[in-house]
Amino acid sequence: MIWESASAFWAMGGYGLYVWGSFGMTALVMIGEAWWAKHAQRQAIRQLQTTAALDAAATNEWA
Amino acid sequence: MSGFTAVVKRDVTLAMRRKTEVITAIFFFVVVAALFPLGIGPEMTTLRLVAPGILWVGALLASMLSLGRLFAADYADGTLEQMALAPTGLTVLVAAKVVAHWLLSGLPLVVLAPVLGMQFNLPADALWILTLSLLIGTPVLSLIGAIGAALTLGVRGGDVLIALLVLPLYVPTLIFGAGAVQAEISGLGASAHLSILMAMALIAAVLSPWASAAALRLALES
Amino acid sequence: MLSKFFYHYASPQHFYPLAGRLWPWFALGAAGLGLWGLWLGFFVAPTDFQQGEGYRIIFVHVPVSWMSMIIYLAMAFWALLGLTLNTRLSGMMCRALAPTGAICAFLSLWTGALWGKPMWGTWWVWDARLTSELILFFLYLGYIALTNAIEDPRRADKAGGILALVGALNVPVIYFSVKWWNTLHQGASVSLSRGSSMEQTMLTAMLVMALAFWLYTIAMALYRVRGIILHRERDAKWVRTLPDVAMVTNGGTK
Repeated sequence: MIWESASAFWAMGGYGLYVWGSFGMTALVMIGEAWWAKHAQRQAIRQLQTTAALDAAATNEWA
Repeated sequence: MSGFTAVVKRDVTLAMRRKTEVITAIFFFVVVAALFPLGIGPEMTTLRLVAPGILWVGALLASMLSLGRLFAADYADGTLEQMALAPTGLTVLVAAKVVAHWLLSGLPLVVLAPVLGMQFNLPADALWILTLSLLIGTPVLSLIGAIGAALTLGVRGGDVLIALLVLPLYVPTLIFGAGAVQAEISGLGASAHLSILMAMALIAAVLSPWASAAALRLALES
Repeated sequence: MLSKFFYHYASPQHFYPLAGRLWPWFALGAAGLGLWGLWLGFFVAPTDFQQGEGYRIIFVHVPVSWMSMIIYLAMAFWALLGLTLNTRLSGMMCRALAPTGAICAFLSLWTGALWGKPMWGTWWVWDARLTSELILFFLYLGYIALTNAIEDPRRADKAGGILALVGALNVPVIYFSVKWWNTLHQGASVSLSRGSSMEQTMLTAMLVMALAFWLYTIAMALYRVRGIILHRERDAKWVRTLPDVAMVTNGGTK
């Protein structure tokens, strides 16, 4: 290991703000993107389910 | 007369009846050139430094303002469909419309440029290069702008969208146009910049009407 | 044989389950490589002689910069395919890639600024690469704005395709013009290029991270295109008989 201590790791030789600011934003944005895509997928499925349910109800009414 | 000249004449005549297109471009250009010194300060050396960039950006934005109207009116009243069916071919007629747009929103700026350049204390040879760079560059702006106008035809929020689409593509023209004037001022000579601008103009003249026509057909189909 | 394979998977109906089976593997690969790359970057690569620990930002800055350009090329590829072959799926793949590309461009600018501030004292520098990256970011935003603004999905796909191709042709022009512009105005003579040689471990870590981001992009695009397919093909019979959708009606009326 090249880090003497955990606090040295977080400090990054004085550049902590910049290094963790970069990696942090990257992680944040990537997680956000993945969550957003999952949300869009769930919404698409839910909309299809609603449409299918309405269709089924309508056909049952007429049957 | 050929379809090309007919469309050029028609567009210019229609625009001159209302004159808003020409006046908007000229007015915007003049206002930008007048406001910047007021905002920057009357120091002549500073003004000379910033003049090429400011005048070029002013011309660029002025030319961009009327892009939204390039195809909209013809789209609304069905003329565009007729142009698409005409034997001359949509690509040629689009080129004609771009020429008309340049005559109305580009050429007046070229004529005004030396006058406005004097306000910025540009020397005579720089004024000449400024005029020349705009003469070659403003058609490129009209050509590239036409692609943006064609892609956003009939789309809500079209005007802002055109700006977003077209401004990144304008950057090389701006760099070499303003750069030509700066090169002239610093004594390096503007021939390289102008040659590159010329090359851009020729490539845009060939590719842009074709791409715009393709985009227009998309709008007509849907 | 090969053309039958492509023909089969060019239909959204067949591509949907394929993408569903593939994306988890790419995601797993991305996660694995990412962890390895981070370990290499933070625990194996030594301190840089000139830049101290701050240089470690390159392990994320360089990969996202590369990806922002690769994704745009991929989009141009799908755009060309979609416009020439008139396939529905090509347009959907192009759209699926765009958000990741925009994000990579944004991250490139963000990490670039955070790298520039301690190294050269300013948050922003008008060097050729950063300026071109900024313009690339706007090209992405323009594509996303255009495709979202047009209501008809086929027109949106094709218009976006034309825009992507025009943009792709212009990106080299933009880069070289900005480079020209930058060298003539040597006010701030800073450059983000590192020294000629790079410590081997640093290079390895960077390449591993780049590969990780590549796999992430593919996983993201495959996942996202499924959502797009579902929305576009919602009236198709195969969508209505999907297990996720059909189970609602199988459970009886509500």
